[in-house]
Amino acid sequence: MQSIRLVPIFLLSAGFAAAPATSFAQTPEPQALRQEIDQLRADFETLRQQYSDRLSALEARLASLSEGTPAPSTPPAPAAAVGTSKVFNPDISVIGNLVGAAGKNPLSDQAPLSLTEIETALQAVVDPYARADFFLSAGSEGLEVEEGYITFTSLPAGVLLKAGKMRAQFGRVNTMHTHVLPWADRPLVSRNLFGGDEGVRDAGISVSKLIPNRLMFVDAIGEVYRGDSDVFHSESRSKLSYLGRIRGYRDLSEGSNIDLGVSYAHGPSAALAGFNARRIGVDATFRYRPLRRAIYRQFVGRTEIIWSRQDAPAGLQEDASGFYASADYQFARRWFVGARADRSGRPLEGPLHDSGGSLSLTFRPSEFSIVRGQYRRTQYAEGIDANELLFQFNFAIGAHSAHPF
Amino acid sequence: MRVFIHLVLFMAALTAAAPRPAAAAVRVVATTEDLASLAREVGGDRVTVVALARGYQDPHFVDPKPSFILEVSRADLLIVVGRELEIGWLSPLINSSRNAKIHPGANGYLDASANVRILEIPTGQITRAMGDVHPQGNPHYWLDPGNGRRIAQTIKDKLNQLLPGDRSYFDQRYADFDRRLAAAESRWDATMAPYKGTKIVTYHRSWPNFMERFGLNVIGYVEPKPGIPPTTSHTVQLIEEMKRQNAKVIVVEPYFDLKTPRAIAKQVGGEVLVLAPSVGGSKEATDYFGLFDYNVNMTVAALKRAAGK
Repeated sequence: MQSIRLVPIFLLSAGFAAAPATSFAQTPEPQALRQEIDQLRADFETLRQQYSDRLSALEARLASLSEGTPAPSTPPAPAAAVGTSKVFNPDISVIGNLVGAAGKNPLSDQAPLSLTEIETALQAVVDPYARADFFLSAGSEGLEVEEGYITFTSLPAGVLLKAGKMRAQFGRVNTMHTHVLPWADRPLVSRNLFGGDEGVRDAGISVSKLIPNRLMFVDAIGEVYRGDSDVFHSESRSKLSYLGRIRGYRDLSEGSNIDLGVSYAHGPSAALAGFNARRIGVDATFRYRPLRRAIYRQFVGRTEIIWSRQDAPAGLQEDASGFYASADYQFARRWFVGARADRSGRPLEGPLHDSGGSLSLTFRPSEFSIVRGQYRRTQYAEGIDANELLFQFNFAIGAHSAHPF
Repeated sequence: MRVFIHLVLFMAALTAAAPRPAAAAVRVVATTEDLASLAREVGGDRVTVVALARGYQDPHFVDPKPSFILEVSRADLLIVVGRELEIGWLSPLINSSRNAKIHPGANGYLDASANVRILEIPTGQITRAMGDVHPQGNPHYWLDPGNGRRIAQTIKDKLNQLLPGDRSYFDQRYADFDRRLAAAESRWDATMAPYKGTKIVTYHRSWPNFMERFGLNVIGYVEPKPGIPPTTSHTVQLIEEMKRQNAKVIVVEPYFDLKTPRAIAKQVGGEVLVLAPSVGGSKEATDYFGLFDYNVNMTVAALKRAAGK
């Protein structure tokens, strides 16, 4: 608006600057001069009138355009000198995660203190058809793309298509970023059978479709990945890994609900080159959060069971399985307690089982930070018992992201 | 790759098998019960209206449940409070909705705050050290009936645009709502008039529009900063301030713990008043008129008792 308003003023002053120059250049006949001035006056008047008309037309158009869109609460910042607009910059947030460990665990190389992850999220709408989300993670192993994908949100037939590098939609824990986990670590079963400390994330395409029915929310997901994770690995273009998931959700009451899922993944094994690996997962989540006391009380019970089958030479197969079950309870506005039971086999050593359990206490000073202490006991198949105390500081700055659910 | 193609074909088959019936009315999804009530006032029987958040729940902290995704996926029109009130829960619902009609910028997305009067727009540098500040101003703006009228008008304009054939119907419904609201406003104003300038305290900054409209003077908050739970030192200061300024009533939203407000009320010889911040916030507040009837009557009764003490 400001620059538009300035245009007629600028033209007027330019006109004034030009006017004397022109008059002096010609003969200074008083009569002619007066006529010229009158002519100039008339010209300015017409010009002023024209600009005034165009301005009010523009203003009217702007007013009609702004209907239906929120009026800016503060005057927009002046455009940058180069003429690019900051309005279209993505939402940026940075999340830091510091994890410490105390106690003895000969089978763990976890440092006593480490900034395990600095996650930078860049998120914005691409165009009327899609949005893009990038999560860059700087950890002890350097900078890597945790996720980076485009989501086509406006496809026909209720289909949602994602393409890029993503966390595989297998079960619940694998889809969660480190900072939204209710624990300072990932459960044994996901570490042993589904992608180690980071989980499975890979380049691929994901298609999801809501299946309309009267009973519940049902989402069917199909994904195909290149095969570049701790579970699946492929050197060949013709061998990809595939994933299917059905998720059902139902409200039990206004404050409680149940979330069920079955997942299946299949692809060339990362553990045993040239052979295939399969994973089947079943997960269930029960949530209770009374609406009137939603900011003070909450209970979430989760469980996930994963079966692994690894093909081996001579038609042999190695099977393993594991599970976790956890309960988290919010007992005050900023305080949570949790417990988790763990048990898991190992993909190539099926009969060997690790088991363990955790107790945690979480303090959330605000939505943007978490302080957590977790006691973890692990009994390894080798006969080693480890008692550890984990603690975690998690903090976020920048754009307000959506609350995890 | 073949498996993947089969999967896509399977999903396409599922889609073909479940054709959607043509809806007669415009399906409106409103993020709060206030907006839903206003949409019903204007839309009448030409719309079906669903609200997501309940009136007795903190509208900042709503779970983005998949059942809400279903509602949003079927909506022709999504009406939002805006001003970042729903920042923690609306975007996942929209992004998972598979409904191009209701994305921000599309025709079926309506920000109800477009033409209303917004208070407490922060100026200068803002940081989260100030608590849960809303950079675009206080989002609890529907608690001024004048803003209710402006929201209704915004909804009417949108419905006229979506269903141009029913323009006269919506215009007439709006005119009727406007008339009834004006009558109710003069009733509420008259009831509240004797208490103009009375000093009170509120828990959260949910009430500036309500208090400004009816001339009550908010001198403090139970929360030391927006969204930050009460602290002892702040509570002590607040009690001192209430005693000094002779403020007796503490207005609390139904979703906050009453322990601290009750302790303060006991110290200052006043009382805690739980008002409805939204339609549905109490049993009596069944629609936009009921919301103000309830809040005005409860406030006047409490102020009367406080004055008698």
